[in-house]
Order: sequence, then C-alpha cells, then structure tokens
Amino acid sequence: MKKNVYNGLYLVIAILLVLPFVLPNSFYLDLAVRMAINAVIVLGLNLLIGFAGQISLGHAGFLGIGAYASAVLPTHFGWHPLLAMGAGAVATGILAALVARPIFKLKGNYLAMATLGLGIIISIALRNEAQWTGGPDGMPVPAMGLFGFELTSDKQWYWVVALLLSVSVWASLNLIDSPFGRALRALHGSEVASQVVGVDVVRYKVAIFVLSAVFASLMGSVTAHYVGFVSPNFADFFHSIELVTMVVIGGMASVYGSLVGAVLLTALPQALATFEGWETVVFGAILMGCMIFLPKGLVPTLAAKFGKGE
Amino acid sequence: MSLLEVKDLSIHFGGVKAVQNVSFNIDSGIVYSVIGPNGAGKTTLFNLITGVYKPTTGEIRLDGEAIHGKSPNELARRGVARTFQNLQICMNMSAIENVMVGAHLRLDRNLVKAALRFPSLKQRDRTLRDEAAQLMDFVGLAQYVETRADAMSYGALKRLEIARALAMKPRLIFLDEPAAGLNPKETIEVDHLVRKIADSGITVVLVEHDMKMVMNLSDRILVLDYGKKLAEGSGEEIRKNPDVIAAYLGAHA
Repeated sequence: MKKNVYNGLYLVIAILLVLPFVLPNSFYLDLAVRMAINAVIVLGLNLLIGFAGQISLGHAGFLGIGAYASAVLPTHFGWHPLLAMGAGAVATGILAALVARPIFKLKGNYLAMATLGLGIIISIALRNEAQWTGGPDGMPVPAMGLFGFELTSDKQWYWVVALLLSVSVWASLNLIDSPFGRALRALHGSEVASQVVGVDVVRYKVAIFVLSAVFASLMGSVTAHYVGFVSPNFADFFHSIELVTMVVIGGMASVYGSLVGAVLLTALPQALATFEGWETVVFGAILMGCMIFLPKGLVPTLAAKFGKGE
Repeated sequence: MSLLEVKDLSIHFGGVKAVQNVSFNIDSGIVYSVIGPNGAGKTTLFNLITGVYKPTTGEIRLDGEAIHGKSPNELARRGVARTFQNLQICMNMSAIENVMVGAHLRLDRNLVKAALRFPSLKQRDRTLRDEAAQLMDFVGLAQYVETRADAMSYGALKRLEIARALAMKPRLIFLDEPAAGLNPKETIEVDHLVRKIADSGITVVLVEHDMKMVMNLSDRILVLDYGKKLAEGSGEEIRKNPDVIAAYLGAHA
C-alpha cells in the first residue's frame, strides 16, 4: 500500500483529459460517459465487497432510488434537480442504515439473500407505483441545471462525470490507507482479530454499506439526468449482478481494478453486438474464462505477474 | 485490589460444561499462567475474559468494574489485549499494517477526514508507522516491516500477533500459546520476549504447554482440568501438588 498508488490516479486523469479529443464520434463519447458512471458505482461497491469483504446483491435498488428521486421529485413536485438528487441520496442513506443493522448480523449466503431481497423489493415498488413512476414504462427526467445553465450535451456531461470519477478515485485511495480503511480491511481479514483490537465491526460494516449505497444513489441520479429517462430496469436484479461482476472481473480490493472492470463490462456488450443473438453466450464464456484464469480479477493478477502490486 | 478478579465463572455449551465455577485473582504487573491438559478449558477461559464468549454465570471484574458480557471491542477500550492460539492475522494486509490496526482506538477514525486526506491524519499515520516498525523490532521482526503478511512464516506471524496486541498499549495482555508450533530456538526467543513485555509493566496472562517456559516466567500458575480449577500457586507449589501430577501423568496418586 505504499509507493506510488497515486500514480495510477494521475494516469486516470490524463486519460480522462485526452479522451474527448481523440474519440471519433458521439457514440464513443456516450460510451465513455456510461463507463465513467459505472466506474464510480463500482468503486463504491468494491469498498464494500473487495475491501470490507461483505456482499450486496441489491445495489441497483439504491441506484434506482436515486434515479427515481431525480425523476419524480422535479416532475411531480417541482423540486430543483440538485435538491432532488440530494434527497434521493439522503433517503438511500437512511434506508441503507436502517436495514444494514439487522442485515449485517448475517454472514455469507444469508447476507447475499437479504441484500438480494432488498433490491428486488425496491425494484417491485418502482414498477408498481405507476401513478408516480410511470410503472414498467418508466418516465422522462427533466434536464439538470444550475443558475440558468442546463447540462444537455454529451460533452458537458462528460466533463462532469470525469470530475466525479477523478474525485472518487482519489477519495477511495485516501480512505483505504487510513485508520478507517485499515479497520475495514482488518475485519475482512479476521473479524475476531479486529474486534479484540477495538474495531466495532457492525458499525464499520454499516458505515461502508451506507457509503456505497449513497454512491450508487448519486450516480443513479446522474444517469437519470444524463439519459433523460428512467425505467425500472435501473433497479433490476440483473443490474445488481452486473455491478458485482464488474467488481469481481476488475479485481476485488483494487481501486484501479474497479475502473478496469467497469470499462470492460460496459464496452463488452457493444463490442459483442456483431455476434447477433450469440452475444450473451460469448459474454458468459468470457466471464467464465476470466474466473478460471484470473480468479483474483484482472488488475491484481496482472499486477502480481509484473511484480508491481497496487 | 487485584487488577483482574474472576469469580465463580462458568460457561456451558449445551451439556458440555467447558468452564465450571472457576475463581482467581490476578495482581497487576505479574506473569500469570494458565495450564492444563488439552481440552481443560484454557482457551475458553481466555475467550470468556476477552469477551469473545459470554459467561453462563459468574463475574469478571477489571479494576473493580464488572466486564462480563461486554463485547471484545469494549474490552479493548479498557486496555485488554490478546493473541490467538490459531493465528488471526489479516492476510490481506502487509505485516506493518497488521500492527497499525492494533492502534485503532488511539487514532482518529473519521471517515470523511480520511476520504479527504486530512493532513493531521496523514501526519499521525506516519508517526504510527514508525511506532509500528519499532514494535516489530521489539518482537524481533525488524526485517519483515515491508513484507506482506501472507508471505511470512508461522513463527514470525505468532510474533506479529504479539506486536499487534502491544500496539494497543494494553494494561493486560492474554497470550494464547505463543510458543505452540515453534522450534526450540524460536521458543526461547518468545520466552525472552514475554519477559521483556512483563518488564515493561504490562500484566501478562499466559496459556502455554511448554512447561519449561511456564516455570521460567510465571509468578503464579492456575491449573485447569476438565473445566475446573485444580490448583493455583507459585511454580514451586504447582510442581509439588499431587493433584496436578495426577492430572498430567494420569496416575492415581
């Protein structure tokens, strides 16, 4: 955890700065924005899964709460989008904190089941409250604006998410190498050992669960405004699985792995579109290959191979 | 008043009475050993006192304050440290980070300050790293400072656990078989290390099978057998106690 972990951050910033000038058209710019949004969510989720060693199979639910807060509150109640985004994040934080205490008395499979159930409940609620949410058809989202300036073009959004991503990477790196972060990693390594040195493990698990849920909610709001439309698919179980897959493929407990996982798995369905109808099969085969040959995830495996280490 | 007072302590797991009505006092500043055949309840006793298990009946007092039923992290706050018989090292961290975790309660654990990389936190972490390196030197692991925990030998990890416990700056330290699985040379090193810890003013409670080490180090010894207190006294008294000899040799003295 010593030498030059921040070098990767400079590289990320450099890539983010250059990217819009080398991308050939708006299709790629759109893809880059989606990658960056996913990367922020996956960073938060990796803090929970990779670093603290807990699982959440319901994170898309939190993303859904943020997205729908940004859709429903401005549309039906005339709230300012930023206020709506904040309200979504606060609501997510409170919900996550309330359910986390009983949930984190569970371990392993039971924890996975509980978070899975939570995500599905949120998804069902969004689908059924049709008078507010438009039901399965979803609903449009008004544009995000500030001081009369409206964020509309892909390019503007790109710079916003690029900034969010850079800050998130920086904050994650800071967090991991701090007393808080060491306590998180310690309770992953040995729960009983962390307890006897004074770590209140349930409190730390709850804290990181809430933090990663709020990350997801905020980025759900960003996605909603960016796409201009929300649908219950945002909060889908499959979306939760996709996010967990990004963490695992990129590399558990690896900040840069989160980025790589998000980028690859956002791009892969596009790249595989040529397989027409077989893309899911190829997608699955690639995932299986990764798990068999790179069980620790891309970045940690490659880092170990080239002796750099994160 | 003794530092630690244990009175009529019992724990039952279903029908198994792992510890039954055990009472003893530990004075401040001594080395107190708990011995007994395998399955006598030594580790269970440690787990009771350090809060990993909750006693069925009985009481435990630290400096007069009742601590039975308190969780391990609450006990850590009161200066109780321990090591484990079966290693509990965080293999996902480096050796020195394992030691730094030991100082958890002495640090600013604020999440927001950490995420924003507050200079005060970074400064504290730097001094902590030096402290931790010194502790590793103290337990004889100076050459492992930058090593990953999962790349270290069993004997080194045993001592890493001790360094982590010392990083808490405890008043009372429980060492659960610190010499188990070590070769004779390493055992002597641990023997010296325990002496150094005791000399630094920390009260040591030791569970150990190596009798030479126990007799060498202990000011007082408690003998457990089948969860019950068999004897308590100085090394000399224990050595001569017919009940203890019977328990260990299986003779009907």
